[in-house]
Amino acid sequence: MDTVFGKEIMPQVFLTTVRTDKFKTGSISINLCLQLSRKDAAKNALLPQVLLRGCGRYPDMQSLSAALDELYGARVEPLVRKKGEVHCIGLFSDFVDDALVSEGEMLLERVTELLGQLLLFPATKAGLFNSDYVKSERENLANRIRARINDKQQYAVSRLKELMCAGEPYSVDTLGEKPEDALKITPISLTKHYREILETARVEVFYCGSAEPGRVEIAVKNALEALPRAESEFIQPYTDVKMTTGEVRYFTESLDVTQGKLTVGFRLGEIMKKPGLASLLVFNALYGGSVTSKLFLNVRERLSLCYYASSQIERHKAILIVSSGIEIEKYDQALAEILRQLELIKQGDVSEDELSNARKTIMTDLRSVMDNQFMLENFYLSQAIDSLAYSPDVLAELIRGVSKEDVLTVADSIRLDSVYFLKNAEGGR
Amino acid sequence: MQLREYQRIKEQVWFDTLPNGLSIYVVPKKGFFKSTAVFATKYGGSDRRFKLGGKWHDTPAGVAHFLEHKMFDKKDLNVMQQFSSYGASPNAFTSSGMTAYHFECTENFEENLKILLKFVTEPYFTEESVAKEQGIIAQEIRMIEDNPQFVVYRNLMQALYSENPIRDSVAGTVESIAEITAQTLYYCHEAFYHPSNMVLCVAGDVDPERIRDITKEILPEEKKETAERDYGKNESPLPHENRKEVKMEIGIPIFMAGAKLGSRLAGIERQRQELIGDFAMSLFMGKSSPLYARLYSEGLINNTFYGGTSFFPDGAVAVFGGESRDPDAVFSAVTAEAEKFAAESPDRAFFERLKKAALGEEIRGLNSMYGICTRQLPGHFEGFDPFKSIEILDDITIEDAISFIEDNLKPEKLAVSVVRPSK
Repeated sequence: MDTVFGKEIMPQVFLTTVRTDKFKTGSISINLCLQLSRKDAAKNALLPQVLLRGCGRYPDMQSLSAALDELYGARVEPLVRKKGEVHCIGLFSDFVDDALVSEGEMLLERVTELLGQLLLFPATKAGLFNSDYVKSERENLANRIRARINDKQQYAVSRLKELMCAGEPYSVDTLGEKPEDALKITPISLTKHYREILETARVEVFYCGSAEPGRVEIAVKNALEALPRAESEFIQPYTDVKMTTGEVRYFTESLDVTQGKLTVGFRLGEIMKKPGLASLLVFNALYGGSVTSKLFLNVRERLSLCYYASSQIERHKAILIVSSGIEIEKYDQALAEILRQLELIKQGDVSEDELSNARKTIMTDLRSVMDNQFMLENFYLSQAIDSLAYSPDVLAELIRGVSKEDVLTVADSIRLDSVYFLKNAEGGR
Repeated sequence: MQLREYQRIKEQVWFDTLPNGLSIYVVPKKGFFKSTAVFATKYGGSDRRFKLGGKWHDTPAGVAHFLEHKMFDKKDLNVMQQFSSYGASPNAFTSSGMTAYHFECTENFEENLKILLKFVTEPYFTEESVAKEQGIIAQEIRMIEDNPQFVVYRNLMQALYSENPIRDSVAGTVESIAEITAQTLYYCHEAFYHPSNMVLCVAGDVDPERIRDITKEILPEEKKETAERDYGKNESPLPHENRKEVKMEIGIPIFMAGAKLGSRLAGIERQRQELIGDFAMSLFMGKSSPLYARLYSEGLINNTFYGGTSFFPDGAVAVFGGESRDPDAVFSAVTAEAEKFAAESPDRAFFERLKKAALGEEIRGLNSMYGICTRQLPGHFEGFDPFKSIEILDDITIEDAISFIEDNLKPEKLAVSVVRPSK
């Protein structure tokens, strides 16, 4: 795999290419990196959906789908992600690699051009986004915001983030906060927002497939030729990392659930002054991020306190979240045990086996990333946001060098911030 | 081992059947870091009544899934940790027709393969450990029952079928799993976990001959008979009930509608039936169909809308559904359109374009090691070659697709399941 990392091919447009023959598809994504805010979140989330309704050349879904079918079922998917407090929105496409279709199809060029058309030449009426499209997509977005409650496990994690980071932009959900945020967007407000960010946003483009970087660069430049670039005023999005915590906050909410959802939020603390991604990942795998982790083996397997218990690190925002599903009566026991397992690490109760299992899990995960185009894209976007210019295999090497001390240093810096419990209406406590 | 080459998709498969009856498929993939092995038995949630030692046995719902959980428990070793010490992440799933155990790793493939073959074929159950697992699985069942996607599917199956075990959750219920004992598990393991009822699929940068040698070394040599199964009486082509509706705490309504396929075919015919079914459904209601565009622009469906087929032991259905503010309006629009489908035959160019798209979709599936292995499983258990799908797809005609829609999406054949928000 040959990687060319973050080449600036136009003002504030960065292209990362990974060249490999091993996949049967090529993939390409275009991301606008924006500042996450309460004011703009829903508009940002709505944009890719509206863009995918059609462009000047393919003005409705049916003609656009026909064009994609013709390109051997190329897929174009909306991208809406948050990396810390950076809101990344855009389009992702994967398509059959040229080696598997009749010669001369040039799918890379045709697909990239189509992405450029969708991004830069949307279907408009009198210079504004088609109002039918805006109306129907804002309704869909409002429904998706309402539907967040459907997955209780995920919902409990989002609610914790919202409550724990109240007042920080991070508390704003990827899709926007309330259904009303989506519903009040108009063709005018969306068009204005779109024009603005198109000019000022930093753009990250990723390609993975069999084409050489030079060919990709030409294809992308051609496709984005009409991208307006501000004279000087680009907006560089960033994340405000809060390292301190106050008194621990406890939140309880009720919904119609049979299984309680207990989520616990921590700040990674002072360690973020000089963050080491490798140590953070190994710590997380050891604590709750793998099937050999302390949470999995003790809270779930040994004590049967819950059906699942796992931890995840949001590296950009420097928080750690434990998510678990428990019997509602077992709240006190489960919470105590989740915290006790972290205490044990802080006290140095980490065996050589546990450590090496954790390292292996992460190294395997990283190699898996290299076997999957979408995961690779997501990895490199995170790297770009953190201005880190290394590949998954380099990170895997760093993981190999993480010591017990490194892990204890991470654990030592972590502070409990908030606890969120989702129970049913009758459940005691 | 025998080599099968597939020019169109540029893939190779090494294949063998051992004297003990185990079939092995190895798909070499150069350049990938990850290798995957899936070891599966043709025994799933639907295999509740079977004949062993000349006698019929009835087992409670959820045994296959329970067994899957318990296989990871051994007397004095932890399977998860064993895998993990060799850098592998193991997992397993149970569906209505099979139970599959798998791992992915980027190193020590052979050691991990040995662990996989051993732990799946060496049972160890005690009453204590069964009792403990009952607690864990009861939690899992509660979690599944909170999931509206699961509820909408199960209710549709209960509406369509009167007896087929697909009516019940693969995991069973809190009550049904309470009946499981260590003895039940030993029984079912003996009946279904022997090489002639199993298959091993591997994909990755691996050596096929070594895989066969290791398998021979570890698995028992003798070949056993496979238990006969009973899935209940032949079902009427019409639904058992027309409609099921429940309320849950969700944002917007979700629904799923479906019909039983007239006859559930086997072998290559089943493969063809599934390919035609999925193709016909996308021609009729897929993303590029006029119907989809109309329903979408009317705000009746969103991008969760889908249509396709689903196959399981002794049954198969055509289904469609998704989120909708008005499921009944979608349902009526679909049935009305189905009636006109033959008369207003879809145009040739659209049909040809969809063929190209279907080809792309087949090829895309070959990027994932795990995907490659899991697509071999139903093929093996039901006697078809999944890598030949592209050729079969070539031969599908517009008439095949039209008759599939005409035969199956008739109002009287359809049942609908809806989950509405409780407030």
